[in-house]
Amino acid sequence: MRLFQYLSQWKSKAKDGIQQSLLIAKFLCLLHVTNNYVFSPVMVYGPSMLPTLNLTGDVLLVEHLSPLLDKLGPGDVILVRSPDNPRKTVTKRIIGMEGDTVTFLADPSRSDRYISLKVPKGHVWIQGDNIFASKDSRQLGPIPCGLILGKVLYRVWPPEGFGSL
Amino acid sequence: MGTVNFIWNLTKNYFTFGLIGLTVSDRYASIVPVGGISMSPTFNPHDDSSMRALTRDFVVVEKLCLEKFKFSLGDVVVFSSPTNHKEKNIKRITALPGDLVSTPHYDAVVIPEGHCWVEGDNQAWSLDSRSFGPIPLGLVRGRVTHVVWPPHRVAPFRQTLNCYLAICYILVTVHGFVALEQRTFRK
Repeated sequence: MRLFQYLSQWKSKAKDGIQQSLLIAKFLCLLHVTNNYVFSPVMVYGPSMLPTLNLTGDVLLVEHLSPLLDKLGPGDVILVRSPDNPRKTVTKRIIGMEGDTVTFLADPSRSDRYISLKVPKGHVWIQGDNIFASKDSRQLGPIPCGLILGKVLYRVWPPEGFGSL
Repeated sequence: MGTVNFIWNLTKNYFTFGLIGLTVSDRYASIVPVGGISMSPTFNPHDDSSMRALTRDFVVVEKLCLEKFKFSLGDVVVFSSPTNHKEKNIKRITALPGDLVSTPHYDAVVIPEGHCWVEGDNQAWSLDSRSFGPIPLGLVRGRVTHVVWPPHRVAPFRQTLNCYLAICYILVTVHGFVALEQRTFRK
């Protein structure tokens, strides 16, 4: 009789535990979907976007819907998976979409030579705002659209720099 | 009142199911159909145009490799096409960063850091790195591990082709060296 009591007690406890873990799993799933398809916070640092973003580190709000819906245009600041190291992400500004002709300084610190070329299909031309210290399309060539992770919407941190970009 | 409750519960269940499904397919694994004959001996070996929808192969694509982006030679990967990011392609990695490849268009290229060289198994019917050059590893969306449909072809296929691939790799490398040698000789 006592064994039966134990068993029923244990059963109710197990049920409770399963329900709790299911709730947590659902919550994590929701978090993943929001993070990957709607918006997510990203910490960026480095000199390549200097007048726009700080050297020491900013927290940005990135939304992931516009690359899926093809709503990007020249002038947008985007988050891109780095072509030469897939584990790193970089923030750059779009200069030209596919089919546009872009003109840029080949080597700004040494000469005034301009190069113009046409961006191929399915690619974008990205450049950092600080053209003297940025590794971007000028060295790597046009970037396939599949590498774009999201569009930067707001700066969240530091608080005095809060606002849209 | 009962119907409203019922519909509410139904939508809630669908939503939860969708969330969990999306998360699992993004982070762990998903099942996708393979279209076209560019990987023909491996997938879709008998392609009848009349029965295409029925005889298509379905494969398991695992996503855990995207944590580290470590791939080995001969992995079959799904990647979004460099010319159209909405389109997914399935090809085999035949060279990794630092390797030497020779092709008709680019006569010997060293694969740059963070890129890879992909080719279809059906060389005659495949649009791959031989036409668009090396692709960034960041475009890779997953690695194929098993064929799950049709039932008589259910099998993990990686081991069976490893030997063939080793030979392929050696041939490609030797070819690359020869091409490079010739180029320096011409200079």
